[in-house]
Amino acid sequence: MRYLPLTDADRAEMLAAIGADSVEALFRDVPRSARLDRPLDLPRAMGEIEVERALARMAAKNMAAGAAASFLGAGVYRHHVPAAVDHLIQRGEFLTSYTPYQPEVSQGTLQALFEFQTQVALITGMEVANASMYDGATSCAEAVMMANRVTRRHKAILAGDLHPHYRETTTTHARFAGFEIVARDPDPAARDDLAPLVDGDTACVVVQNPGFFGHVRDFSVLAEACHRAGALLVVIVTEAVSLGLVKPPGEMGADIVAAEGQSVGNPLTFGGPHVGLFATREKFVRQMPGRIAGQTVDVEGRRGWVLTLSTREQHIRREKATSNICTNSGLCALAFTIHMALLGDAGFTRLAELNHAHAVMLAERLAAVPGVALLNDTFFNEFALRLKRPAAPVVEALAGRGVLAGVPASRFWPDRKDMEDLLIVAATETNTEEDMAAFAQGLREVLR
Amino acid sequence: MSTVKYTKDHEWVRVEGDTVVVGITDYAQTQLGDVVYVELPEIGRRVQKGKEAAVVESVKAASEVFAPISGEVIAVNAELSGEPGRINSDPMGQGWFMKLRIANPREMDDLMDEAAYNGFVEGLH
Amino acid sequence: MSEWSQAIGAFGRQAAAAETISGNRGLMIEEPLLFERDQAGRSGVDLPAPPPVADRLGGLRRAGPTGLPGLSEPQVVRHFTRLSQKNYAIDSGLYPLGSCTMKHNPRLNEKLARLPGFADLHPLQPISTVQGALELIDTLAHWLKVLTGMPAVALSPAAGAHGELCGMMCIRAALDARGEKRTRVLVPESAHGTNPATAAACGFTVDAIPANDRGRVDLAALKVKLGPDVAAIMLTNPNTCGLFEDEISAIAEAVHEAGAYFYCDGANFNAIVGRVRPADLGIDCMHINLHKTFSTPHGGGGPGAGPVVLAQSLAAFAPLPWLVHDQTGFRLVEQAQGVAAQALGRLKGNHGQMGMFVRALAYMMSHGSDGLRQVSGDAVLNANYLLAELGDDLTASFPGPCMHEVLFDDRFLEGTGVTTLDFAKALIDEGYHPMTMYFPLVVHGALLMEPTETEPKEGLDRFIAVVKALAQRAKAGEAAAFRAAPRFTPRRRLDETGAARKPVLRWRPSAAGREAAE
Repeated sequence: MRYLPLTDADRAEMLAAIGADSVEALFRDVPRSARLDRPLDLPRAMGEIEVERALARMAAKNMAAGAAASFLGAGVYRHHVPAAVDHLIQRGEFLTSYTPYQPEVSQGTLQALFEFQTQVALITGMEVANASMYDGATSCAEAVMMANRVTRRHKAILAGDLHPHYRETTTTHARFAGFEIVARDPDPAARDDLAPLVDGDTACVVVQNPGFFGHVRDFSVLAEACHRAGALLVVIVTEAVSLGLVKPPGEMGADIVAAEGQSVGNPLTFGGPHVGLFATREKFVRQMPGRIAGQTVDVEGRRGWVLTLSTREQHIRREKATSNICTNSGLCALAFTIHMALLGDAGFTRLAELNHAHAVMLAERLAAVPGVALLNDTFFNEFALRLKRPAAPVVEALAGRGVLAGVPASRFWPDRKDMEDLLIVAATETNTEEDMAAFAQGLREVLR
Repeated sequence: MSTVKYTKDHEWVRVEGDTVVVGITDYAQTQLGDVVYVELPEIGRRVQKGKEAAVVESVKAASEVFAPISGEVIAVNAELSGEPGRINSDPMGQGWFMKLRIANPREMDDLMDEAAYNGFVEGLH
Repeated sequence: MSEWSQAIGAFGRQAAAAETISGNRGLMIEEPLLFERDQAGRSGVDLPAPPPVADRLGGLRRAGPTGLPGLSEPQVVRHFTRLSQKNYAIDSGLYPLGSCTMKHNPRLNEKLARLPGFADLHPLQPISTVQGALELIDTLAHWLKVLTGMPAVALSPAAGAHGELCGMMCIRAALDARGEKRTRVLVPESAHGTNPATAAACGFTVDAIPANDRGRVDLAALKVKLGPDVAAIMLTNPNTCGLFEDEISAIAEAVHEAGAYFYCDGANFNAIVGRVRPADLGIDCMHINLHKTFSTPHGGGGPGAGPVVLAQSLAAFAPLPWLVHDQTGFRLVEQAQGVAAQALGRLKGNHGQMGMFVRALAYMMSHGSDGLRQVSGDAVLNANYLLAELGDDLTASFPGPCMHEVLFDDRFLEGTGVTTLDFAKALIDEGYHPMTMYFPLVVHGALLMEPTETEPKEGLDRFIAVVKALAQRAKAGEAAAFRAAPRFTPRRRLDETGAARKPVLRWRPSAAGREAAE
């Protein structure tokens, strides 16, 4: 078998050295009744040709987003990843290395993480960031738990235009950890004012910018209200590219930023693996979960990097850890770092401007279709439309025409009548004139 | 002359009138290695004998420091935030953690004197 | 004296071993930070000029530059290529980290994960357009269920620790549904730190179970600790000492009799995959690390995937979303209603680590049931070979046979002045990533080695020869040489104390740089 180098001759020699009769003899501590005496009911080994054929057959049953005019967002965005990114992350020294616990032979990973942390701090306008988390939704849950630790309070208020997956994930984590979640009703028109709700029991208020329905807002006033009450403001960003154009949370008074980094360097991959970003104020750094790379020197006085502040983590603090999290999303964070390095400030800004321009053009075209109303005054690259009919069947019909027309809100709120005619639409730099024309024309026909 | 007493968790207590000074012993600091950070209690907090009062962190470990005696925290060693290494270099002096106004002086009677503590430490090997 | 003081103190500030003009040493190139290579206006990506539009940002356009540095593509490629050359990796050589299962990462898996039909799929596309993706996930679920003998599997957790959280939350939900308040979880002393951290995150208190002198859970001590307030035991099997818990059936029986659940940490599944089904050992749930047993790449620290197999008693509480296969095809249940009425809420965004599912399934199909059986056999054989060959020069903590990993401790270094850490750093100079050090905590100065089944015999023989020679050098009194190690790496020993005392966690423009910009 191509991945298993031992030969029968090797095995015989090794068994002789060990003094065992057979490999089975080495399993003598396994209760006899639990030892399988024949292979399980699964296919036998296959060569590359057969495996490829089997999986390619499954892949062919899917409509790749690139094969359609694709306008899906809602927390995962289709951007162009430069060819160099995927080549670099596939270098064996990055792909097949482990967590950098032996820093002398992991300076590549550690320096890249330090660069990643810096990039995340820069784009969010915050002071310090960690080396990434599983995804945006778990970052959000961790942010709320961190706010609880910092304020020693146990109530979190979640805005009505927070991504439902983020709300659900946070609520699941809260369920057994003994803290209270106040989740506001969905807020498609971005009218909810949260400042009056903040009181002496509030650990944090969690808002999203741009919001789930696309609105772009300034949370500076809310930040002040939070701080007056001794609470923290957590700002969620599900579209990292928005930070190339929109005022960053750090400049609005955010205490913690939890975000999804997938948009930079990482393909859609049907929802995972993605990469959570997490940033906060320097004064809270010892309460921040996750791995962190820190700068130091070696015995020769040369600059280098190590994992640091490890005593927050599970392998040391055990039941008193800031989180049970062990791994970060290393390779996805590296892809983010490389893509961001290629973009630079000029490229990141231009990418964001392109996204916004395409969304503005698309919004105008779609709002001109009879039976379609645009809900947003403000947006970055994603907005909400109210259709004259339920949106889910419209999306299904348009899929048949090769248009992936956005995400119906009913996917997240199947039981709410007030959500069934809402459609969330995103446009990125990958969408062309032809895509947008196909969408508008298709929508016109389906709604007739 | 001040009396210093010791606990089995390697804390020391030095009486100064109706207040006491608390720290960790030389044995404790050698076990911990380089101290990188100390989490000290807020002034005004009431600590209970045998319960966690502070946390001391080295690179690879975090250890609880238990209050050797009950009382109210009236001062903490602010220098430790910038120079946690004092706990390693001078654990009985400049590496002190906190000062307590003690509730029950008789709790001191349960603690070991220097000779008993040294004997206890020797027995650990 | 602290480790850092020892490291510098014994030798003074070390001069760089080989003086070159550039500071580079052949292929080892000194590479500054991206931010130190910056030049304004450069970009490594060509994007068209955006069409002019009236913006809809509500006056919230970013006011100043981000501060991200600008570089061209050649510079970025060089930068990260040079960084990569400073990393050790599985592709470089043996990586014997215990319980990490650093096996070869097959490149076929990378190719298949990148098929547009998998990589270019949005998770929220209409279900009718992603039936092949759901079929793949269902197929992976089937393999996991057959391999473990368990009837259900939760696929969304993003990592092993996340899977532990999932499993313990399911147990908590099941207890709540039974109306029982049980707050204590039993965890062996030898357990990985994630176990107690996870239990605490679910609102449980943790009670440690001691090991017996055979390195296994002390069954008698366990029975004493069981009671009506115990929710679960969290056990790793084989355990972190590399030993199979031979009393596991009795443990399962005692735990179930006490009305508690049996959580199994599946990090060491590589030792028994294809030969033993955890269900037959009496477990109720187990997380599996796809990045360990099933070869998905470690990527410098992630991403991983930690699906959790569940007994029938816990299946109803699996987190959303659920994958259902019926006559209409494959679909996702994303709300806690109907068949999923008692489901735990979601644990992360979207459906799970699809990229890792493709890779793991490709790995499973490549090996097949017969190949997977060979995996565990060769993994255990390789570890026992290390035990047999190194047992005289090092001190094995427990008599054999071991499973897929072997535990030594630092008794063989007694009196030499060489610590486990020093020994590991000397191994680095010899071209190996060290074994796991100082874990598990149940022995002193632990050295835990897991060679995996993808290590050829000749590779093991070379490693054995080096380790034996190092042990002899330590006993011959060469402690100074060990403390100076590593000497040939891109960086030598680093000041971790300073890094933690005065954390520098990001680059900042220098004051001079800031003034120049203004």
